[in-house]
Amino acid sequence: MVQLLFFAQLQEKIGQKQLEVEANGKTVKEIKDVFLAKYDIASLLEDAMVAINEEYATETDIVQSGDVVAFIPPVSGG
Amino acid sequence: MEKHFWITTSPLDVQSCMDKVVRREAGAICTFTGIAREFTQGKKTLYLEYDAYIPMAEKQLARIGHEIQEMYPDAEVAIGHRIGKLDISEIAVVIAVSTPHRKAAFHACEYAIERIKEIVPIWKKENWEDGTEWIGDQRETTSYPEGKPMKGDM
Repeated sequence: MVQLLFFAQLQEKIGQKQLEVEANGKTVKEIKDVFLAKYDIASLLEDAMVAINEEYATETDIVQSGDVVAFIPPVSGG
Repeated sequence: MEKHFWITTSPLDVQSCMDKVVRREAGAICTFTGIAREFTQGKKTLYLEYDAYIPMAEKQLARIGHEIQEMYPDAEVAIGHRIGKLDISEIAVVIAVSTPHRKAAFHACEYAIERIKEIVPIWKKENWEDGTEWIGDQRETTSYPEGKPMKGDM
């Protein structure tokens, strides 16, 4: 299983902080297409950065079972 | 040793952040304090809420510290960021940088706050009298005519 984490406006739109999905071997892009297309978050996802296991990653990176994939909307700390 | 890069729900204190970087080699300590602002382009904020991806945010704050030490090997850096509900004028972020001489400390401090706004997974939610909104890009390179990001900006 792969754990997906959502923050800020993405979390509010999806209504959950996290989802567990069978995504071993999938790219980040495929995870978006397969598991997240049903939510009304296309433009939010487009603007979001992605982290795998707490490090920034790209759309083409492949995830493995046990990984944690975080979707990170534009940040506004400070 | 206590943490130099931390996320907390407790109130922040400038002096205790500064104390983390005091050492005999340092002739300068520059601090930056970010506080909850009431008015943004005329719009009144009641209070702020911050959320963070805590373990990654602490790693990214530490990364900023390493970046500063690449520029200034003699620098010592501490950064604390608060999350949860903040009232107006409460401290959201404290940065302290100590260096042998002042110029590097000033520059490093500004560098740190700009990098926080680029790479650290922390989010601010404005709570106004007439609604709420998670705020996006805050690097002050984009202006929001309505005082908040419009749909295309988010």
